[in-house]
Amino acid sequence: MENKVLTKNFGLKDSHLLSVYESTGGYQNLKKIFAMQPVDVIEEVKNSGLRGRGGAGFPTGLKWSFVPKDSPKPKYLCVNADESEPGTFKDRYLLELDPHRLVEGMIICSYAISCHNAYVYIRGEFVYPKVQLEKAIEEAYQKGYLGKNILGSGYDLEITVHRGAGAYICGEETALLNSLEGKRGMPRLKPPFPAVVGLFSCPTVVNNVETISALPYILDQGAEAYRQFGTEKSPGTKLFSVSGHVNRPGVFEVPLAYSLKKLIMEDAGGIKDGKALKAVIPGGSSVPVLTAEEALEVNLDYESLQEKGTMLGSGGVIVMDETVCMVKALTNLAHFYSHESCGQCSPCREGTGWAHKLLQRISGGEGRAGDIEELQKIADNMAGKTICVLADALAMPIWSYLKKFRNEFESLIKD
Amino acid sequence: MRSAEESTLLFEVMPKLTIDGKEITVDEGTTVFEAARQVETTIPHFCYHPKLSIAGNCRMCLVEIEKMPKPQISCNTVVQEGMVVHTQTENVKALQKNVLEFILINHPIDCPVCDQAGECKLQGYYMDHSASGSEFNEAKVKKPKRVDLGPNVMLDDERCILCTRCVRFCDEISQTGELCVTNRGDRSTLRTFPGKKLENKYSLNTVDICPVGALTSKPFRFQQRVWFLKSVPSICTGCATGCNIYVDHNDGKVFRYKTRENEEVNQCWTCDEGRLSYTFINEARLIRPLLKTENGIEEINKKQAVLTIVEKLKSEAADNMVFIGSAYESNENNAALKKLADALGVKRLEYAYHEVENPSSDDFLIKADKNPNRAGVKKLSYAEFSGELSGKTVIAMEKIGTSQLEKIRLKKPQYLILLSSQRSPACELADVILPVSTFAEQKGSFINFQNRIQKFESALEVKGEMQSAWQYLQEIAEGLGHAWNIVSSDKLLQEFFNLNYEAIGEQGKVIEN
Repeated sequence: MENKVLTKNFGLKDSHLLSVYESTGGYQNLKKIFAMQPVDVIEEVKNSGLRGRGGAGFPTGLKWSFVPKDSPKPKYLCVNADESEPGTFKDRYLLELDPHRLVEGMIICSYAISCHNAYVYIRGEFVYPKVQLEKAIEEAYQKGYLGKNILGSGYDLEITVHRGAGAYICGEETALLNSLEGKRGMPRLKPPFPAVVGLFSCPTVVNNVETISALPYILDQGAEAYRQFGTEKSPGTKLFSVSGHVNRPGVFEVPLAYSLKKLIMEDAGGIKDGKALKAVIPGGSSVPVLTAEEALEVNLDYESLQEKGTMLGSGGVIVMDETVCMVKALTNLAHFYSHESCGQCSPCREGTGWAHKLLQRISGGEGRAGDIEELQKIADNMAGKTICVLADALAMPIWSYLKKFRNEFESLIKD
Repeated sequence: MRSAEESTLLFEVMPKLTIDGKEITVDEGTTVFEAARQVETTIPHFCYHPKLSIAGNCRMCLVEIEKMPKPQISCNTVVQEGMVVHTQTENVKALQKNVLEFILINHPIDCPVCDQAGECKLQGYYMDHSASGSEFNEAKVKKPKRVDLGPNVMLDDERCILCTRCVRFCDEISQTGELCVTNRGDRSTLRTFPGKKLENKYSLNTVDICPVGALTSKPFRFQQRVWFLKSVPSICTGCATGCNIYVDHNDGKVFRYKTRENEEVNQCWTCDEGRLSYTFINEARLIRPLLKTENGIEEINKKQAVLTIVEKLKSEAADNMVFIGSAYESNENNAALKKLADALGVKRLEYAYHEVENPSSDDFLIKADKNPNRAGVKKLSYAEFSGELSGKTVIAMEKIGTSQLEKIRLKKPQYLILLSSQRSPACELADVILPVSTFAEQKGSFINFQNRIQKFESALEVKGEMQSAWQYLQEIAEGLGHAWNIVSSDKLLQEFFNLNYEAIGEQGKVIEN
């Protein structure tokens, strides 16, 4: 069984070129799609069960259906290519190796929501992926897949690529919209949600690169074909970026509900230097950490990970062996989140910085009685109290590290 | 009971909710914060301001709403039918206390040297919620304590809690957009955009709306502890708008004006020019009458001064006298001068007015007419200053503008009696000068450009032989055999405007033409 949806062209020579993409069936389905009603395209995506691959896992078709059809305002698609979650590097490969799949996906989504101007908000550091994507867009324009009256369908679509300036928070969809509008990259208050009031105050869909890249397959092979992968609640395949103490780090496409043990021990070649596994972050740095025991028995799908108290997130699998000091690992994360907090909400602005300073002190051997409780309190008081979930993104690691590796913290506290 | 359809219809227009057990029906679109205000509960807040867009960043107004999984900020939560809101539970208090703790960890807590101490929301909430020691054992983020944002405003950066009220004020009210927050996380800081200064005409409103001591008024900085200030409702005399203000004073000195809300006049704003116009109350004040003699100007006492004037007027024919009221003076003082004119049969009543070169004006609050009471003096049938004063005996009230003074110099009156609160160019031309109190030292009223009569209260004690113009004019009238028996300005207001101060009220009253 062909089990690749997103990466099937990765091994081909010049996989980023239009000619190669076309030769594997790329763009060949567009005429058929343009003959469909947009609402039927949305229905097909709903039926596929595709969920957002950026981290939140929100059902994609449902998200699109929130775009008001009778709104006289223009509708926008913004592709979130601001891949910044530590441990996550899958979108980069899609952009570099198969950018036409994204472009075709964007045409499909744009058509479905009646959007004629789509944007790709790409991470500032992604210089090479941006070059590859822009080349692909240029090729698509020349071939008439973009621009006015695409393939004689009467449907127009322009794509604009916008490079970010290096802020993690701009991966949050409303901060992304602000940044795209030329404003400071800060999450917006919700409601209203972007589907109703998004880019330039118009109805907007924001979807991740991987989500959009799955669309050509779904529309070509059908929702049922997509559902042959994964489970009822977690259909399809997913890219996992495996990093850390493994022999073969990299991006792997596997069907959802794939065994994490298999991913680490087989696909990624097992733990480096024969060391023992200590902990795994399964879905990017912001999700709760798993102990080795938990990691080796869990499957990679939304519901199994939830049962273990963690999340699929962005699929950034960070593998830590027995040499890792969990206090230092958490300090590192706290540094990241305090550095990247946009600073607008008091609990996050102050809490992430406080947690970082406190952890630095414990890591440096200056921990005092009460510090662990204090750290727990900081996490409790900032999570769920802010405009976006950046505060939660640090609180979740804090809770899980303290719960599962408390002894390591305690050993650094002086009485 | 209403039918389901009827109820639905009603609910669509006016959702009903429960706040702390109190049921209330509100307009559609009302936020939980505003609904709470309607049941007289003010939910603690920093960033919310009724005139500014919702920022939702301070997180202080978190409340519990039944059936919602997480606490919600009341400022951005629109009331839905049947909502049950809790603002006073132990849990809500804990939420607020925890937010407060975050806001305080990097705050310098330099209340002893902070101008805002005593009227600081942060300080107030701390007393309400905690009043306990800090659990923060790390180094605070240090930020500069003197950031010069513009001509009138100095930022104490480390006191700033980043509520962005000032940023939104400059974006939305003054529409000048000088301010922004730069940097991120706990390094975030308020700044002007590169190459810009906070120098819009309304910049000091940012100090008013700053909930903490971050934005300070340069003229007020370190001048006075606020708890020593006495605050008196009054009207700004800076222009014909008549912004409602409080005169904050202590020890016989005005330290600042603060905006007083009046939705019909100035909302809750005041321009910088008007706000800083208080200095004239403190400067170059006259406290004794002055008489021009062969030896120059001499101080005389009140009795002598009134006697001198009475003697002068006694021998003067009514048609040789001109009485000049003022667009800068109160209705009551102008009314007293008119009353004297009526008693003596003087027909020529004109009014002087304050003039400035290139007067500022805009389509918001600032009027080019820099007089607070032109409408009032006109209502008393004073004609605009003509300049035809040659050989006349004149009683005039300040302020008299430069071009008017020029005319007086050219067509010299035979005798000029001036009522003035301070040493001014007009004093050089006067034969006798009576030291009168300013609006800050008496009760009275002005009529603004909207024909709205507004009252002001007496803030400061008079000094020396200073008194209200109407009091001097009454003494002169008495000397000339006309007993007025006026003990307070109410009587003049009643007689000439058929109004009393109570009827004018705190927000003024538009009067018929």
